[in-house]
Amino acid sequence: MIFGRKKTLSQPVVSESAPREAVTHQETGEPRYSVGIDLGTTHCVLSYVDLQDEDASPNPQIMPIPQLTTPGSVEEKNQLPSFLYQAHDAELATADLALPWNAQPPALVGTLARNLGGKTPIRLVSSAKSWLCHGGVDCYSNFLPLNGPEEVAKVSPFEATCQYLDHLRCAWDQHFPDQHLVAQDVTITVPASFDPAARELTAEAARQVGFQHLTLLEEPLAAVYSWLESSGDHWRQQVRVGDIILVVDIGGGTTDLSLVAVTEEAGNLALNRLAVGDHILLGGDNMDLALAYRINAKLAKEGKRLQPWQIQAITHACRDAKESLLSDPDVLDVPIVVPSRGSSLMGGTLRTELTRQEVEETLVEGFFPRVSVQDHPAQQARAALSQLGLPYAQDPGVSRHLAAFLSRQHSAAEELLGQPGGSFIKPTALLFNGGVLKAPTLAARTQDIINSWLTDAGAEPAKRLQGLDLDLAVASGAAYYGCVRKGKGMRIRGGIASAYYVGIESSMPAIPGMEPPLEALCVAPFGMEEGSSVEVPSREFGLVVGDPVRFRFFGSTTRREDIAGTHLDYWEPEELDELPEIQATLPLEGRSPGEVVPVRLAARITEVGTLCLEAIPREGSERWQIEFEVRDNP
Amino acid sequence: MTFDLTTFDLTAMPTTFDLLHLILAGAALLFLILGVTKRSGSSADAAAPVSHAPSSVSDKTLTPEPEPESTPEPAPALLREASPEAALQLLSLLQQEARLIDFVKEDLSGFSDADIGAAARVVHEGSLKALNSYFTLVPVRDEAEESQITLAEGFDASEVRLTGNVVGQAPFTGTLVHRGWKVAEVTLPKLAEGHDARVIAPAEVEL
Repeated sequence: MIFGRKKTLSQPVVSESAPREAVTHQETGEPRYSVGIDLGTTHCVLSYVDLQDEDASPNPQIMPIPQLTTPGSVEEKNQLPSFLYQAHDAELATADLALPWNAQPPALVGTLARNLGGKTPIRLVSSAKSWLCHGGVDCYSNFLPLNGPEEVAKVSPFEATCQYLDHLRCAWDQHFPDQHLVAQDVTITVPASFDPAARELTAEAARQVGFQHLTLLEEPLAAVYSWLESSGDHWRQQVRVGDIILVVDIGGGTTDLSLVAVTEEAGNLALNRLAVGDHILLGGDNMDLALAYRINAKLAKEGKRLQPWQIQAITHACRDAKESLLSDPDVLDVPIVVPSRGSSLMGGTLRTELTRQEVEETLVEGFFPRVSVQDHPAQQARAALSQLGLPYAQDPGVSRHLAAFLSRQHSAAEELLGQPGGSFIKPTALLFNGGVLKAPTLAARTQDIINSWLTDAGAEPAKRLQGLDLDLAVASGAAYYGCVRKGKGMRIRGGIASAYYVGIESSMPAIPGMEPPLEALCVAPFGMEEGSSVEVPSREFGLVVGDPVRFRFFGSTTRREDIAGTHLDYWEPEELDELPEIQATLPLEGRSPGEVVPVRLAARITEVGTLCLEAIPREGSERWQIEFEVRDNP
Repeated sequence: MTFDLTTFDLTAMPTTFDLLHLILAGAALLFLILGVTKRSGSSADAAAPVSHAPSSVSDKTLTPEPEPESTPEPAPALLREASPEAALQLLSLLQQEARLIDFVKEDLSGFSDADIGAAARVVHEGSLKALNSYFTLVPVRDEAEESQITLAEGFDASEVRLTGNVVGQAPFTGTLVHRGWKVAEVTLPKLAEGHDARVIAPAEVEL
């Protein structure tokens, strides 16, 4: 597979359907709605709040999204599955693809895309979001579906993201014909663990669709905002100064962790985001698959061999069966029936059951094992950067990932709360989010494990904060955040959850057989807030005009003290994570090729919430942006 | 045809399946389809509430209009033409979710009750899912069945059917035999203009 080297955007991906002229008529006006978009790995949800509503407490509404559910039939659902299907010309009648806003939509997304892809996976684009933060690929190059044959039209993860957003835009514009989505205050959520490049790609996709007032928000924070919104003024009774809230968000495809501290500011409670976890590709889909393979193994023992479509049907059936087993302690087993594909139901129908014991062994023990807080997942080799395919978590033990996160962040609260670290940070409250933790058994188990660590360390058990709709909270929280930005509620402080560094090779005499040691220069310190900027003092780089220069790029979620310009010549391997390289290109304008221009680096957090690195020449007032999206194979 | 909507009762689904019950269940569902879809008219207007009781279906379409005695010439009854689109759409949904057509069209003789039971789960779970997705079903009467209830004067005859010793004037006191079912809300998917609704399940060819 060949990945393009350059950011190439073929043509605008947004559909032509909606009246474009209407977009301009209100550009001058204030946005009427605050819209939250949960752009999930498996589902998208859209929620909104009317900003003109003078009601003291904003109440986010979920907008049902019209989408094709079968050919020719359009249904409204709260969730839009994040799938794109590249149909064959002969596969579907054109008339059957009509959407309320466009008789010939440019892309097939949502429920029908997912269902068709179930039977024809070679044409299904899925997990575009996970690709956005994958190090080894250029997200503007067209390579999805990954294993599709040559003749299947390929799209880039970037374009797939644009298509999901564009579907939401059209759905909104149809619902609110006078208030186009692009002119509203839009907050899109991203995983807390998204690196700067992935955030920039998400923001760029939103700009491509036309959003004019855009903000990015971390998903676990959106969940906290949703909790603030749903508890009204009661949240102040549920937490007190010194509390550390651990947000555990286990969705369909990813697990996202964050820590939020409750502090005091001028006599009022304030919330501060302390730390975020790594990007863990582990979620509910893994669990359904694990159950399906368990049943597959059971049937294999009985001498029945399953075909791929049957395994897939079992995966679906397991999803429902799992939910009833995990929510009702009286249910001991749930039948799993896979009807034959043919019109005869009697002959080929396969019947088995999923028992409580199987679910507990596979899910509860497999994904939430009782481990000690010292028990961490095996360190993944960074080879993942170059391998093709998504870097799924190797260790399915959510509890081990949790233990690793809490241990790694052991000192995160020292500065803010003055609490001594110990070997791991001790949360006092838990906020759960994501479809997986809807199951009471799994939520209770997670709480149990964390509390056993706390008890062993002599700390009080953590309490659970209640009141979230685990599927829709992120979108609602994002819509609410739009109101918070307008001053109608409590803002969680935190800034960026990672410090960023560029790698510099030390200038020292060359020694044969030895790589020059690498040093790291901090360019963006931990906790930089939106709209702020720093210049990196003390160090100049010579950039060659017209010649792209690459820097190695690192992030650290634990080095909180480094300021811009801090020079590291030594660090522990787990302290700095290497991110994809970044690239600076000085345009030729007014200079001769080959000229060396001394520049300093500066970092800025945009209002949108993305990191922007710039090169500033010693003379003149120009600034050149340093690109993140250079993930091609050099 | 003597079935109407009130014969369909999910809570009365047998917990163990035998052949007779299955056929009954299948037949009841089929009549539900016919009953509901004949009333619901054009499918495009999916969100239209049908608060004016599908249970009156039988009055309008299944029993002959009562002839006014005073006029010797019977006035022509105004019967509406039901749109087949919505009926076909519902058949399609029940086939997709519950394999209903496959099940009802299959010759069950020669299969054991265990086999039929396994298939019936598919039909039952799928039908329930489809019904819950597209219809909000509520009982007509909230009282417990087999309890005594009194119907005040002017009760809605399309919602409550009197049987047995039907004499005298309201209020009537009697035993609630069946609570009845009423569809409070219908939200059927919208159909594309050029969509051929007659194909309720396309043939499938794996390449």
